Amino acid sequence: MKIEFTLNGTPQSVDVPENMPLLWVVRDVLNLKGTKFGCGKAMCGACTLHIDGDAVRSCSYSAQYAQGKNITTIEGLAPEGSLHPVQQAWIDEVVPQCGYCQPGFMMAVANLLDKIPNPSDEDIDDNITNLCRCGTYYRMRKAIHRAAALKNNL
Amino acid sequence: MAKKTFNRRKFIIRSGVGLGVLFGVGLLGRGPLRRMLAQTAEETILPFDNKFDAYLWFEIKPDNQIILRSPKVEMGQGIFTALAQIAAEELEVDWETITVVHANTAQGPIDFVSTGGSLSITGLYEPLRALAATMREMLKVNAAELMGVSVNALSVKNGEIVGGGKKMTYGEVAEKASNWDFKIDQPTLKSKSQFKFIGKALPRIDLVAKVKGEPIFGIDGSFPDMLYGSVLRPPVVGAKFISATPGKAAQMPGVIKVVIEKDFIGVVAESRVQAEDAKHQVDVKWQMPEKLLQQADVDALIKVGAGNDVVIQTEGSVALTGENVFIREYFTPMGAHGHIEPNGASAHYQNGKVTVKLSTQVANLTRKEVANALNIKEDDVDVQPQYLGGGFGRRLETPHAVEAALLSKAVGKPVHVFFERTEEFQNGILRPPSHNVLKAKLTKDGNIESIEHHTASSDVAFDSSLISVFLKPMSNDVAKAVVGADFGAWRGGMIQYKAIPNYKTVAWHAELPFKTSWWRGLGLLSNTFAIESFMDELAHETKQDPLAFRLKHLADNEKGKLLKSVLKAAAQQAEWDKPLPAGKARGIACSIDVGTPVAQIAEVEIKDGKIKVNKVICAIDPGLIINPDGVKAQTEGAIIMGMSASMFEEITIKDGKMQPNTFGYYQMAFIRDAPEIEVVLLSSGENPRGMGEPPIGPIGAAIANAVFQLTGKRLNRIPLKLEG
Repeated sequence: MKIEFTLNGTPQSVDVPENMPLLWVVRDVLNLKGTKFGCGKAMCGACTLHIDGDAVRSCSYSAQYAQGKNITTIEGLAPEGSLHPVQQAWIDEVVPQCGYCQPGFMMAVANLLDKIPNPSDEDIDDNITNLCRCGTYYRMRKAIHRAAALKNNL
Repeated sequence: MAKKTFNRRKFIIRSGVGLGVLFGVGLLGRGPLRRMLAQTAEETILPFDNKFDAYLWFEIKPDNQIILRSPKVEMGQGIFTALAQIAAEELEVDWETITVVHANTAQGPIDFVSTGGSLSITGLYEPLRALAATMREMLKVNAAELMGVSVNALSVKNGEIVGGGKKMTYGEVAEKASNWDFKIDQPTLKSKSQFKFIGKALPRIDLVAKVKGEPIFGIDGSFPDMLYGSVLRPPVVGAKFISATPGKAAQMPGVIKVVIEKDFIGVVAESRVQAEDAKHQVDVKWQMPEKLLQQADVDALIKVGAGNDVVIQTEGSVALTGENVFIREYFTPMGAHGHIEPNGASAHYQNGKVTVKLSTQVANLTRKEVANALNIKEDDVDVQPQYLGGGFGRRLETPHAVEAALLSKAVGKPVHVFFERTEEFQNGILRPPSHNVLKAKLTKDGNIESIEHHTASSDVAFDSSLISVFLKPMSNDVAKAVVGADFGAWRGGMIQYKAIPNYKTVAWHAELPFKTSWWRGLGLLSNTFAIESFMDELAHETKQDPLAFRLKHLADNEKGKLLKSVLKAAAQQAEWDKPLPAGKARGIACSIDVGTPVAQIAEVEIKDGKIKVNKVICAIDPGLIINPDGVKAQTEGAIIMGMSASMFEEITIKDGKMQPNTFGYYQMAFIRDAPEIEVVLLSSGENPRGMGEPPIGPIGAAIANAVFQLTGKRLNRIPLKLEG
């Protein structure tokens, strides 16, 4: 089926099987590989992107529902040539190890900061439920607080 | 750089322990071989046989950028950053001018073993410096000719060669030089005090690419006009493929071809969902096992007393009769690697040659397997490793590379395949379960007189394709018969408390009817959990301080000294002598692996009826440190992964199916579970020791020991749970 939506500010039109998850539209059809596949069951959050301002696990979001929506992926999180405060904080705290899960985390955290500008540790625990197997959580928590400070001082 | 003019043979640097050392072992017989393997596992003398030709490793661009081709893969451990730091020293360049890329097998250099075993830095620290120094000297010789100045009059700094009032950059020399056909003696290497980059906490060189989500991982690999494949895998343990017909699958939308071969069924389609949908419509006959496998079958096999036993360590004469004899047992379950990037590969077969992109810890073995499956020469297979979305041992087996190559050959176009997450659990590789029994006799004044450790598990090294590398030229079956016990499974199982006069370790091994293999640290986590829980029990039984009890049983041999120093450092950092407030308690544990001693102190409380680890203090001594921040990151990561495995994770089998088989139900630590972590870095000795795995050793025992201190309840089974 034909679906039209905006991806990172650019209008897109794709013709895909209707049961195709949005993740595969973004990765395989539109060739943006920053959004990752982890489990296919919305359990790990590696595929997190933004749809109309909400963090969504795109492996379990059927592409047909993307019609007319405004979608942002890690590639569009910050304007070309710049970094989002979350990305900057991730660099400052040297968070990534293998890095595979990190785009999903950064998308989830960017959305958390849009909704709760100064999240407490408890807010972080309740809202950030992605999985990282390298065990970067200790640095990640510091980076989330740092990102909040960076963003609030912009 | 004019590569074609290099004469390879003239630039080979002798280095490391060659495979030849191991080739001869078949003739040694059982006893010496076992001892050698024990030493291999203990002392890290593993074969490392790269092509040490400088030009294979370095490429110098006209703009003075240097490409370093790494045969070791980047799986998060920070190897690219560390290698750039090491190479920059002898190249005499700013480390930021070095770009590190994965070497592909068509060009090399090729790692004939693997990225694993915490061996990358220990294996490359000297050779890479020697290579870099050789490259620098070769550039100098050419610069001398181009500049008309004697070599001895030249000096190098920041990628520039200066002398006789003239100056050239490395890039200019590499571009203009035509003669590389001369011999360079191995240059003298810098001493520790001269290092500019080694030892500095420089930021990871892949940081920016990773925060921007650049397409660098194995599963991101693609080719133009790529199709998507899907492979049918056995539904239960023991099911065997008999026959298949395409059935309805051939008519499904988007399907290009249903590929049925002797022991392989795959579907190629225009999109991934179409390939997945169609594979379930293939008419396939499986021969089901007579009896479906149950957890009780696994438990009966993996048990001290079942299977084969081999004494792997013995000293004095162990006597366990009379008073003050303690016997305890410990269990760990099957576990998953939990790598977030599922195993996937893209392959493009054309004109008898194939290119494969994937995450692999064994590019050389991947190449061999693809060549065998397609019946082509290894030289006609180019394996292009990409960044790994976690390794943890899971990328030491890469059947999906063969699947992608077979499907690409069948349809004449590039094909991408991957393991669904459920398939990773059911058809992938698991960490084997373990059962440990420890026995000790103490003297009246609380000293251990005799200790005996029985460690039972299944295949770790034995079921791996890598064993053919370790034990060449023996087949896996012969190797198993000769060695007896799986040295991967008993890793970490030897008694290190050598002030004890009598000790003995026995490794029990039984095969399971499904694949188990390497998992970060191999047997280190389970064996340390058993030994260090037992030490704690003995200390408490005899009313001694668990730290003092450990210290007095360590001898003044090299490992004993290293362990004592990390135990003391951790205790000092944690203020071990000052008790925590009511409702909180600490536990201590230590281990030594690939030469690196680690001590950890976990601080726990009980929250909502569950164990909560608030803080972990870790002292570690990995010898010479290349990048302190990288060492800290590895330590933090190993602690969190080990904590997750110790507190939450468990796979059981029912009716031939792994349970659970998805994330979420297979519970792994979230950010809410992660403790605060303090790492104390010690650095003794002249050379680096292993780093990626050692800090996963003590964590399970440290937590269990803290829970005992707090509750008086001894948890002898991982995952650690208060209830039940």
